[in-house]
Amino acid sequence: MQPQEIELIDARPVPRPGTWVAAVVVGLAALALGTSLVTNPNYRWDVVGQYLFDPRVVAGVGWTLVLTAASMVIGVVLAVTTAVMRMSTNPVLRAVAYAYIWFFRGTPIYTQLIFWGIIAILYPTITLGIPFGPELFSFDTQAVMDGFVAKGFLPALLGLGLNEGAYLSEIVRSGLNSIDRGQWEASTALGMKRSTTLRRIIIPQAMRVIVPPTGNETISMLKTTSLVTAVPFTLDLTFATQAIGNQSFLPVPLLLTAAIWYLLITSVLMVFQARIEAHYGKGFDPEHPKRLSRRQQSMLTARTAGDDPFLDVTP
Amino acid sequence: MTAMIEAVGVHKFFGHLHVLKGVDLTVERGEVCVVLGPSGSGKSTLLRCVNELEQISAGRITVDGELMGLREVVKGGATVLHRRTDKDIARQRAKIGMVFQRFNLFPHMTALQNVMEAPVQVLGLTKAKARERALQELERVGLADRVDHYPGQLSGGQQQRVAIARALAMDPQLMLFDEPTSALDPELVGEVLAVMRELADSGMTMMVVTHEVGFAREVADQVVFMDEGEIVERGAPAQLIDTPRHQRTRDFFAKVL
Repeated sequence: MQPQEIELIDARPVPRPGTWVAAVVVGLAALALGTSLVTNPNYRWDVVGQYLFDPRVVAGVGWTLVLTAASMVIGVVLAVTTAVMRMSTNPVLRAVAYAYIWFFRGTPIYTQLIFWGIIAILYPTITLGIPFGPELFSFDTQAVMDGFVAKGFLPALLGLGLNEGAYLSEIVRSGLNSIDRGQWEASTALGMKRSTTLRRIIIPQAMRVIVPPTGNETISMLKTTSLVTAVPFTLDLTFATQAIGNQSFLPVPLLLTAAIWYLLITSVLMVFQARIEAHYGKGFDPEHPKRLSRRQQSMLTARTAGDDPFLDVTP
Repeated sequence: MTAMIEAVGVHKFFGHLHVLKGVDLTVERGEVCVVLGPSGSGKSTLLRCVNELEQISAGRITVDGELMGLREVVKGGATVLHRRTDKDIARQRAKIGMVFQRFNLFPHMTALQNVMEAPVQVLGLTKAKARERALQELERVGLADRVDHYPGQLSGGQQQRVAIARALAMDPQLMLFDEPTSALDPELVGEVLAVMRELADSGMTMMVVTHEVGFAREVADQVVFMDEGEIVERGAPAQLIDTPRHQRTRDFFAKVL
């Protein structure tokens, strides 16, 4: 029988009125909301346009980016340190790392930021010296907190960085734990030291598990910087737009200005994150194995680095 | 000359589980010792104790005349045992090659990089020297044309041969094989056994835990049969496999042959 002689099935589909009803209801609601964005004069889109590239707003964007990047750097350094400490054979190191994570994950970031803002009340001077012996240096806490880069910057950075380190630590630890025990055994049997094994064998493979959620954390951090008003740090995007909004009695359009900037930056970060995830083999598509490097493909086939679906990520 | 491996009265507990119950074993230099026995008989554990991947609970294991993991210190006339430092144990392990059931190659490195890694990191060889050495070893296991392949691009048999080359690149005095063919498809077993046979012919001291009775018969100088944490009997391959003295050994070979 030739293909053209075959009578293909041409049957009526089952009617699904529910699909249509849902589409109409949701569509209308979305349309109503969309129209209101345009027609409601209280949004004051003209003011949004006027302030979108205001120097104070653009400077705020800059400070927000600096805070995000710097606190992520502090977070990563702390995270790797504490994750390795938690795997240590030394019980004191394990306990200290655990206590750090327990405290900083267990208290709200807002509370921590207020605390860093008033640290000078708790420790008016910071002294470096030999315990019960002579002092080597001593400095005024308030002066240091105010004097570094900009007023409130250091406490904001410490607050965000220490908090982030605790969350990232769990991500790094689950990444390190996701590596097959056989990799440790093979390295050990070859006479490699623990530190060499970590650096050369375990961490390079764990990156596949660690990097994608770290991207998530960076996006999350961008928005968390809006809380530095608790310190207070007064130069970031949220604080800058709020200040203008309060002076001009136009809080709504300036909130929108801030929202547009946050959306824009997160969108850019999400594009980067998608690239990084593709590179490190998450969302691995067996139809297109060529999209991954040979190295990544090989790591996936070996299944030495498992994905941890229970990764704890900040919302 | 002392024997290569000398195990005396070795016991091993995992919690309350008594895995090795007083094992004595001697492997002479240049000898191939094949350990046979049912699963759970403790043969892999014994092998892993030889290079200190597991710590023994009682007894002594010496490799090349040196106590593994422990050292004897004479203090006021009495001999006291001290644990060796991690660095010292690493030095001892570097002289003992090990091949695993599941290969345990480093998946993020090519075959060549896998073989070069330990000579560079542990022995401190230059990259160029290690590369030359690694190429030699890969050639020896018949993989000269696969040096730039990642483990994920190689068959199981090829991966296991890379693993053997990786161990050999450290210039070991002793090679341990932990069921090296058990994770392989049947048609790939032969190529790995061929490499091992050649290694045995070159005079390498080998301790092999396996289920390959044929390999034991052809290559072994000494075959050891273990069951329930004990060495039931030992002897030349023909004698032990064909005319075992003990009922437990006879039962085992009746099942596997």
